[in-house]
Amino acid sequence: MRRIWVMVLAAITLGLSGCGYNEMQRGDEQIKGSWSEVLNQYQRRADLVPNLVNTVKGFAAQEQQILIQVTEARSRVGSIQATPELINDPAAFAKFQQAQAGLSSALSRLLVVSENYPQLKSDANFRDLQAQLEGTENRIAVARNRYIKSVQEYNTLIRTFPNNLTAMMFSYQVKPNFSVEDEKAIAKPPTVSFDKPASAPTPAPAK
Amino acid sequence: MLALIRLFGILALMFASAAGAADEVAVPPLKARVTDLTGTLNGGELASLEAELRTFEQSKGSQIAVLMLPSTQPETIEQYSIRVAERWKIGRAKADDGVILIIAKNDQRLRIEVGYGLEGAIPDVVAKRVIREVIAPHLLANDFYGGIREGTQTLMKLIGGEKLPPPTRAQTSTVGDYQSLFVILLVVVVVAGGVLKAILGRLFGSAATGVAAGFIAWALAGAIGAAAVAGVVAFLMALMGGGRGYYPGGFGGGFGSGGGGFGGGGGGFGGGGASGSWGNN
Repeated sequence: MRRIWVMVLAAITLGLSGCGYNEMQRGDEQIKGSWSEVLNQYQRRADLVPNLVNTVKGFAAQEQQILIQVTEARSRVGSIQATPELINDPAAFAKFQQAQAGLSSALSRLLVVSENYPQLKSDANFRDLQAQLEGTENRIAVARNRYIKSVQEYNTLIRTFPNNLTAMMFSYQVKPNFSVEDEKAIAKPPTVSFDKPASAPTPAPAK
Repeated sequence: MLALIRLFGILALMFASAAGAADEVAVPPLKARVTDLTGTLNGGELASLEAELRTFEQSKGSQIAVLMLPSTQPETIEQYSIRVAERWKIGRAKADDGVILIIAKNDQRLRIEVGYGLEGAIPDVVAKRVIREVIAPHLLANDFYGGIREGTQTLMKLIGGEKLPPPTRAQTSTVGDYQSLFVILLVVVVVAGGVLKAILGRLFGSAATGVAAGFIAWALAGAIGAAAVAGVVAFLMALMGGGRGYYPGGFGGGFGSGGGGFGGGGGGFGGGGASGSWGNN
């Protein structure tokens, strides 16, 4: 009798590791971890905004419209509850992405405009903020990349053969990933604004 | 259906990135602290930079690596640099205290990539200043050796002010882990082995002990190979009776990167640091 129990126990343990259950748990945790890092870096960017806006205001107060846009985009980002559970809700995820993309483009417009103010550009405070913003944008890119990779791995795992049965049994869903169009939208603005200051003397036509 | 479309999207993305990988500049193997693919630095300069960085690592524990290459195109220096960081794993595993200075000579771009553990000692703003005020003026004057030397010296000074774990040899720490594992396994075999053998009989009791020891080893060390060895050893020992005495053979040892050369310690990076250029600004 005892022997049977030992065998059953062994069978369950082996069975669980064979059907991908354990890998799914691992993958799920990894996604959660990398998503937290994404949130963390977005938060860091949002925290930089008020300071940046104030600094720019000191030198370029006439750029009211863009400053207001940045502030509004910032508050839209802040109004979304950025919880780790966001990744299990595709609609909320899309909304979050949209808000962040809005802030990205508003910030890049602000930086383009700031190129027109030599005094602002040489201000030590502004330079520091710009370095911080650059660093944060880069960290966001890295964090997003790592999130995309871990989601890819997880989604592939729960779609492939014996694992999809396990996933169905525990009703594990495919996780949402950053979409391609959005990837372009986020990847583009910073490069444009930093590399080609000369080609953007007129502020972007703001609507 | 939607899911199917999405899957195709993912696949397309993967292919796209695989195709893109072909044009990317490859990350060179890590053989020394200072890697110059452009042939700008002469042997003496390389050796003296290397020696300085080695001395620093021995006294502080942090690793600094320098990579000079012609170009990172088509990638930006940031994209290339994080790939280098992920491959080389400069810095110690838990402390994440590595820094990589990358100079793309023909692109006139450079970047200081800072490990997680040093983001406090070298925040982005400071990294940017080191680039702009210390390194870039030298590079503008075509003095690459001077730029790298003063740049790394400034970085060393910055890291020097940071409280970090004292430098230890990687080898001793792994042995330490194995020693605690060894003690726990010994207890398991002696205590549990005796009990299980009394309950289950000689063969099954020993087998159960082996499985238990293997699982504990797995949970603690995370290495399947070591766990299997531990399980088998424990099984044999329990079977042979006793469970007293010592393990017959060697059970420990050998990981830790190769003896003489230079290797990354497993440090992690998250995109911290700053980039800059020389020449036009």
